[in-house]
Amino acid sequence: MDTSLLVIQTLNGLQLGLLLFLVASGLTLVFGILDFVNLAHASLYMLGAFICASLTYAVGNFFLAVLIALPVTALLGWGVERFVARPLYARDHLDHVLATFGLILVLDTAAHLIWGPEGIAVPLPEAFRGQIELSETLVIPTYRLVIIAAGLAAAGGLYWMVVHTRLGMLIRAGASNRVMVGALGINIELLFGLVFALGAALAGLAGMLIAPITEASIGMGNQVIITAFVVIIVGGIGSMKGAFIAALLIGLIDTLGRSFLDDIFKLVMSPDAAENSAPAISAMLIYIIMACVLALKPQGLFPPKVR
Amino acid sequence: MSILETKGLMKSFGGIRATDDLTLSVEQGELHAIIGPNGAGKTTLITQLCGTQMPDAGTIHFKGRDITALAPDKRARLGITRSFQITSLIPDMTVLENIALAVQAREGSSYRFIRAAAGIPAIRDRAMALLERVGLAEKAEIETRALSHGEHRHMEIAIALASRAELMLLDEPMAGLGPEESARMVDLLTELKGQHTIVLIEHDMDAVFALADRISVLVYGHIIATGDPASIRANKEVEAAYLGEEA
Amino acid sequence: MSTRTIATLVAMALLAVLPPIFFYTGNAFWLDLATRLTILAIAAVSLNLILGYGGLVSFGHAAYVGLGAYAVGIPAYHWLYGGLESLGLATTSGLVQIPLAMVVCALFALVTGAICLRTKGVYFIMITMAFAQMVYYASVSIEEYGGDDGLVIDTRSELPGLNLDNPIQLFGLAYLSLVVAMLIVRMITRSRFGMVLRGAKGNAERVQMMGLNPYAYRLTAYVISGAMAGYAGALLGNFTTFISPEMMDWTRSGELMFMVILGGASTTGGPVLGAAAFIILEEVLSHFTIYWHLPFGLLLIAVVLFTRGGLMGFFRGRK
Repeated sequence: MDTSLLVIQTLNGLQLGLLLFLVASGLTLVFGILDFVNLAHASLYMLGAFICASLTYAVGNFFLAVLIALPVTALLGWGVERFVARPLYARDHLDHVLATFGLILVLDTAAHLIWGPEGIAVPLPEAFRGQIELSETLVIPTYRLVIIAAGLAAAGGLYWMVVHTRLGMLIRAGASNRVMVGALGINIELLFGLVFALGAALAGLAGMLIAPITEASIGMGNQVIITAFVVIIVGGIGSMKGAFIAALLIGLIDTLGRSFLDDIFKLVMSPDAAENSAPAISAMLIYIIMACVLALKPQGLFPPKVR
Repeated sequence: MSILETKGLMKSFGGIRATDDLTLSVEQGELHAIIGPNGAGKTTLITQLCGTQMPDAGTIHFKGRDITALAPDKRARLGITRSFQITSLIPDMTVLENIALAVQAREGSSYRFIRAAAGIPAIRDRAMALLERVGLAEKAEIETRALSHGEHRHMEIAIALASRAELMLLDEPMAGLGPEESARMVDLLTELKGQHTIVLIEHDMDAVFALADRISVLVYGHIIATGDPASIRANKEVEAAYLGEEA
Repeated sequence: MSTRTIATLVAMALLAVLPPIFFYTGNAFWLDLATRLTILAIAAVSLNLILGYGGLVSFGHAAYVGLGAYAVGIPAYHWLYGGLESLGLATTSGLVQIPLAMVVCALFALVTGAICLRTKGVYFIMITMAFAQMVYYASVSIEEYGGDDGLVIDTRSELPGLNLDNPIQLFGLAYLSLVVAMLIVRMITRSRFGMVLRGAKGNAERVQMMGLNPYAYRLTAYVISGAMAGYAGALLGNFTTFISPEMMDWTRSGELMFMVILGGASTTGGPVLGAAAFIILEEVLSHFTIYWHLPFGLLLIAVVLFTRGGLMGFFRGRK
């Protein structure tokens, strides 16, 4: 195992973790405050990527595209709240799951209609195409560091907003006691819409950030949503702190597991057995961890306080 | 002989002591009422007695056996049943099915997969008899959610009876009942008195003083007095606690 | 007889009569559709036991179907290419494969159910899905059995007196299995065991106060349901003669859930009606446009928003 690979993979894990956090934070907000399970959350991640891709070609600048795409995805999130989620608040989780499952089909197909079956690659701005040489063996693409920085900035901004603003105060109050917020005479509908829009913008941002690496493609959200659910379940649904810690944990474990698990297995078993079992185990690793966490703490690592 | 004994029971929620060094002894066959101002910790006591909440400290003995750490279903099988202050029935099953399930739970194994439960005379007949007893026989086939609040309260009693429990913990059986329904409930409890040991939590003081053999007064999680209705009525401390609440 | 029972009987009669007509008039395509529908209906019936009657929203049922299919494919693969003879698992005998499918699924349900049932609500939904994803990724990464590309089943299960290569015989087996599955679920849910299961769905705390531990009953139902879905998977493997991880994708589990809800949860015939409506709709819509997921998804949302009790809600039940 060499150190430079470890450093690179750790950065990759960090990057994945931060992107996961951007998706999971919206999911956990929506669930914590609205008690709503939104399977279609990652469709906004996909739409964010597509919208940003189109805009990048239209305006010729990736940053400008991101800046325009953010409010657009927020608006889409608001629309999802208004037309699909709102009529379902009083229903049980099963209905949420089914309706938003339908919404995934609708949004995926809509993307297919608009952008076609092929994915769209997003060109990186000139400034980020390079690599940064940390040592002779340690070369990191600049854009990876940009993603990490942007992810940290978004997480920091979110933290600041939740702790210091009035909206944040309402969100915190709502996550721990929904009834109380209603009793305060707050415009609940507006608050719910804002929470959805915020979540959508965060998920969209994750999609926009990843698009230059993977390209925007149909169904790109469908794997992310499951991992994001793993994150919020492990972290404890409704807990921002839990989502952040779990996202980094899952991101790191998944990335490092895939690259180093066979080496670790070779310490305790034959090289052949290690080569054979490591890929399967590393692919399942985050689910195994989730199962272990839930077996020990059925409400996740940071369970929300009294409901 | 005492059937239920608690010693030094403690339970706190986030620094607030809901149960504070609570010692209580319930005699076999008596109707023991527990009264106290709102927030005195009456329901918290019931939940600890039936096992849905564990005390932080102290012990609970039932028929001489330490049941402090026993799960609710195990306590139920030993012979403790409770009714709920907020009606807790199975809304999407019929009235008869609710009672039949309680009968079945008491009368034998529920790991039976073949015969339809509704076709077993022993269960059905006893469930019907219980419904007869609480005056709900003609509503047997109706879905539970369709019944009135008062009827739900009577179903709670029927379920408690179905368990043939030696000890019945009744949490405000008269809550939310109109005068007529209350009177029927008092009649029913009078009938049950003597056949079962009953711990009754109730706000309706007329009913409590008419029914109880003994009364314990709970204030801030602690029992300040226990005695027959006359001695409780004459107790200065009790009066102060209640006057304190009203003031 | 309630109109609901009549609706179920009519649907089952149509399903019994139409496929042979398709077969003898040379409409192989429609017979195929009916067979697939019937097999998925078995899976939906098994899911209904826990989801409908038990109130346990399992979001990982496709994993059992997939495991069941692999329990046919893997022995058949070893029979052809060698390996596993010592375990007796290099075989094309359905009398080994089908019990294997059910046992594997029952065990998987027992182990994962023991963990899942400690959780509640959305945690339960997500952990069942997570376990299904584990199976999915395991199958993706096992290269020997095709990994991502899937595994072709060269030989169908051999059963005494039956030839599953004959499409009408395969359909006949699936149909009979469906009837038996429906009767089993109906029997279980009306039994004393079923009363506890249904009672725990309505009010678990109350059931526990009666002296019954919901956990044990739920776990038992979970295992029965898993074994039944494994059986459906074994049939599905025989029908498609091809298995791939894609059969276990979480969207497949979502589809099974939708079949149950669309038809009407906690009714005997609901899952069958739901599976039929789902498969036929999918076929018809995809015939018209490659964008059929759009109207399909909208319909799904509309069903959840505007109907209660699914298709069975249109018919009056007893009471």
